[in-house]
Amino acid sequence: MDWTWLHRFGSPPHLYGLAGTLVPWLAWPAALAIAAGLYGGLVLAPPDYQQGDGFRIIYVHAPSAWLSLMAYTWMAVAAGIGLIWRMKVAHAVAASCAPVGAWFTVAALCTGMLWGKPMWGTYWAWDPRLTAELVLLFLYLGYLGLRSAIEDPQRADRASAVLAVVGVVNVPIVRYSVEWWNSIHQAPSVMKFGKPSISWPMLTPLLIMFVGFTLLFVALVLVRVRGEILRRERQARWVAEVVAV
Amino acid sequence: MSGSWQAARWVIERDLRLAFRNRGQLLHPLLFFVIVTTLFPLALTPEPSRLRDVAPAVLWVGALLSSLLAIEFLYREDAQDGTLEQFALSGRSLTWLLFAKTASHWLLAGLPLALMSPVVAYGLAVPPAAMPAIVAAVGLGTIALSLLGAVSAGLTIGVRRGGALLSLLTLPLAVPLLIFGAQATARAIEGGNMAAPMYFLGAFAVLGVTLAPLAAAAAVRISLE
Repeated sequence: MDWTWLHRFGSPPHLYGLAGTLVPWLAWPAALAIAAGLYGGLVLAPPDYQQGDGFRIIYVHAPSAWLSLMAYTWMAVAAGIGLIWRMKVAHAVAASCAPVGAWFTVAALCTGMLWGKPMWGTYWAWDPRLTAELVLLFLYLGYLGLRSAIEDPQRADRASAVLAVVGVVNVPIVRYSVEWWNSIHQAPSVMKFGKPSISWPMLTPLLIMFVGFTLLFVALVLVRVRGEILRRERQARWVAEVVAV
Repeated sequence: MSGSWQAARWVIERDLRLAFRNRGQLLHPLLFFVIVTTLFPLALTPEPSRLRDVAPAVLWVGALLSSLLAIEFLYREDAQDGTLEQFALSGRSLTWLLFAKTASHWLLAGLPLALMSPVVAYGLAVPPAAMPAIVAAVGLGTIALSLLGAVSAGLTIGVRRGGALLSLLTLPLAVPLLIFGAQATARAIEGGNMAAPMYFLGAFAVLGVTLAPLAAAAAVRISLE
C-alpha cells in the first residue's frame, strides 16, 4: 500500500496551500446553500399546524446540533491520527475543530432555548437532548482549557489529544445515560417534538441547511487550520516566503 | 509474570505506607465529604422527609467532589520526586504500574468514602436498612471514578493551579456515574430493586479497568516528556 498521499497531507506547506485553494470552493456553496435554505425555511415552508412559525428555528438548530457532534468526532479522529502517526498537522486540525465545534454547540443550545420558550413555556427544561448538549459544551471547554493550560505546544497537542479520544468514548455513554435518567425523572409536561412525518416543503430546506452548515464548518476549520499552521511554522522559511508574497 | 505481580504489590505497599505516615492527607477528603453534606440540612431544612428526598443527590455530589480533592494528590508527589519517571524507565509496563497505583488510590480514597457514606446518609434521614446497598453503590462507583481521575490527573501533571482544570476535565465525564449512582441510592432508600443501576455502575467500572490505565499511561508519558 502506498502511503505517500498521507505523508503529503502531513506536510504543513502542502496542507496550507490545499486549504487555501479549497476554502472559496466550500465557502461560496455554503453561503448559497444557507441563503437558499433560509429562504425556503423562513418563506416558502408552510407554518406547522401545531407550532405555527415557531418551528422555523429548527432550520438553524438542527444543523448546529448535528455539527456540534460531528465537530467533536472529527476533532477526536484528527487527535487520534496525531497521536498514532505523530502528525503535527493532524493536531492543528484538532485544535481548529474545537472552537468551531464549541460555538456550534452554543448555537444549538441558544436556539434550543429560544424554541423552548414558546413551546415549553420555559427557556430551560432538563430535556435529555439539551442536557447532553450542555455536557458536550463542558467537554469542549475542558479540551480548550487543557490546551491553554499547558505551555509547551507539543505537550498541549498530545495531552489534549488523549482527552479528545477519552471524551469520544464517553460521549455516547453520556448521551444514553442522560436519556435514561430523564425517562425516569422527567415530568410528562414537556411536549415532545415527536419525530413527525415532516412534509417535503419543510424537509427540503432543512436538508439544504444541513449541507450548507457542513460546508460552512469545513470552510471555517480550514481557515483556522491555515492560521494554526502559520503560527506553528512561523520559524520555517516557507512561511516567510508565503507571507512575503 | 510473577515479577509484574511483585511490582504491583510493591507499588501498592509503598503507597499505603506513605499514606499512613501522612494521615492528614488521607483524612481531608473524608472530612470535606462530611462537612459538605452537613451543610445541606443547614441550608435546606432539618425535616427528615425532605432530607430523604435529596439524600441521593447530596451523597453523590459530595462523594464526587471529595474524590476530586483526593485525585489531585494521586500523582503530585510522585511527579515531584521523580518516582513516575522511574516507573516509566523501569522496563515494566507503565499501564500496569499505574493500574496498581489507581488500585491503591481507591483503597485509600474510594473505600473510605464508601465506608463513611452510611454515617452521612444517616444524617440525611436515610433508613438504616438501605445502608449496605449504599456502601456497595458508592464503592462500585468510586472504582470507575478513581480510574477516570487517573486519566485526567495524568493530563494535568505539572499544570500550575491544575485543581480547577482537573474538575473541568473530570466532572463532565463523570455524569453517567452520578446519574446511575444517585439512582441506585434512591432505589435503595425506597427499598426498590436496584439491580439495573448497579449493573451500569459495574459496567462502567469494568470499562474503566480495561481502558483507563492505557489512557492514563499515555497521559503520564506525555506529561513526563
